Amino acid sequence: MKEIIQRLKQQFTISNVNQQRVDLTFLSVKKEQAVSLISYLRDFEKFSHLVFLTAVDRVEDIQFQLTYMLHNYNTHQDLGIRVLIDREKAEMASIHHLWKQAGTYQRELKEMFGIDFPGSPRVDESFILEGWDNIPPMRRDFDTKKYSEETYFPRPGRESHDPESYMKSKLYPEGDA
Amino acid sequence: MFTPDRSKYPEIVDGKAVIDLDSGKYLKLWQGPQHPGVTGNMSLELIVCGDEVVDCKTHVGYLHRGFEKLMERRKFIQNFPIVCRICVPEPDTNEYLYAAAVEEVAGIKIPEQAKWLRTLNMEMSRLTSYLMWIGGHAGAFGLGPIGQWAVTHRDYMLDLFEEWTGGRVYHMYMIPGGVRNILPDGFDRRLEDTLQKIEKLMSEIEKVMLNNAVFKMRAVGLGIITKDMIDRYGVVGPIARAAGMKRDVRKNSPYLMYEHLDFDIITGTKSDAYERLLVRFREMFQSIDLIRQIMKYIDNSKNIHTKLPNVLHWKIPAGETYVKAESTRGEYGYFVVTDGSELPRRVYVRGPSYSHAVALLEDLIINVNIADVAGLMTSLHTYPPEIER
Repeated sequence: MKEIIQRLKQQFTISNVNQQRVDLTFLSVKKEQAVSLISYLRDFEKFSHLVFLTAVDRVEDIQFQLTYMLHNYNTHQDLGIRVLIDREKAEMASIHHLWKQAGTYQRELKEMFGIDFPGSPRVDESFILEGWDNIPPMRRDFDTKKYSEETYFPRPGRESHDPESYMKSKLYPEGDA
Repeated sequence: MFTPDRSKYPEIVDGKAVIDLDSGKYLKLWQGPQHPGVTGNMSLELIVCGDEVVDCKTHVGYLHRGFEKLMERRKFIQNFPIVCRICVPEPDTNEYLYAAAVEEVAGIKIPEQAKWLRTLNMEMSRLTSYLMWIGGHAGAFGLGPIGQWAVTHRDYMLDLFEEWTGGRVYHMYMIPGGVRNILPDGFDRRLEDTLQKIEKLMSEIEKVMLNNAVFKMRAVGLGIITKDMIDRYGVVGPIARAAGMKRDVRKNSPYLMYEHLDFDIITGTKSDAYERLLVRFREMFQSIDLIRQIMKYIDNSKNIHTKLPNVLHWKIPAGETYVKAESTRGEYGYFVVTDGSELPRRVYVRGPSYSHAVALLEDLIINVNIADVAGLMTSLHTYPPEIER
């Protein structure tokens, strides 16, 4: 793995290299170099398998962290590539030309995080949520509790109680035991 | 032999089929979400010409419960009863991976005996999941009774899980730090009885399914996946092995105690639905063998759990990791990011069906007879909850 990192350093600006396990390494790369780095790893370093592509919402830094996990079947190494992109104008170059299933990942990220991948097939079609008109639900600032309170209503004819006082009145009807 | 009339097929322009629904030549047909031939709750929007599929779009979302979002708002220990719900027929892979990821980020080592019990649990769940699958696969080709036999035997396995862990379907057995229970008294004897019953069932399935001329005529040559498609579509697990790829996470990146067990990667060559059945069929025998091997290492007197800090106020330092295991469908993984708080920052579940059921199925289904669509789907062994966690 160290030799690969050395070779990568000659061509790309990579940082935050972290060897998590013997067979798992993470590194960060700039947004502009990400797709060429991934293409290089696929074509020349035998990282032929895209394990997954996902995002982490770094809302405090106003950034999304994309993680591309690649796997090399010859050395059985996993390599996670972190790419930080701007949260306000979330857009990333597509990699659907490298792997067929990447299009599905990108479609999901568009829907769940609102990250756009221009040119990716069917990226604007809804994947899981149909007719969603709120902010993308996997963003940290999407309030699930508020959404469900506004959207769903309890069926009429049901009483709801405050659990603590209700249990107390059930267990100790005479008052404090 | 059926030879389709190619002149009826859509014209191909720039690599894409031109389909005009108003021409009267094509019919749009929905297979699912309620359809006995669809695995789980997903649907296929098929466009058929005669009885052959010319275009397909996979639709998921009928089973979305927002697990990943739920997990971001719960403490580490509160998530552990949630993760098993992600995959109903094989929940233990999720339990193990979540526990392993949390342990790795938190820097916890678990006792060796807990690892053996986890390995036993994983292999038993593999066998249970395959039993359910083989029933569904047989049903998709019209061999109904096999489904009933297989599900009965799956129930025998669930009985064992129930007396061991207290749960039949969701076991919630592998908690961060170790496992919950030792094996009950006489478990080894009852397990061996069940394994022998399953072996007898398998020999019967071999007679009526694998050697069934009608089944072979339909399954041989169905859904061939060539070697160059494997990496392009991210194909893993038994499907890749049926194409001759020696890829198995248990062997390539050993986890738990698999490096101490004696087994080989089972591969095929022809890479069609029948070959995939053969690979999985042999893996069921392999799983039975592995369970017998593991039982020799089980010692109920040893420690099975590490002492954890107070789990209700358990803060895990910032970090990230990816752990993976071999499920019945292939590489299953958990990507966990922590930020030093009591809650995980992000838990991402990587299920093998994600690439199999969308990108691969949509391309593989073209020119398949609509009667074989169900068989093709079950031969890919897709579970929708992995796609829409």
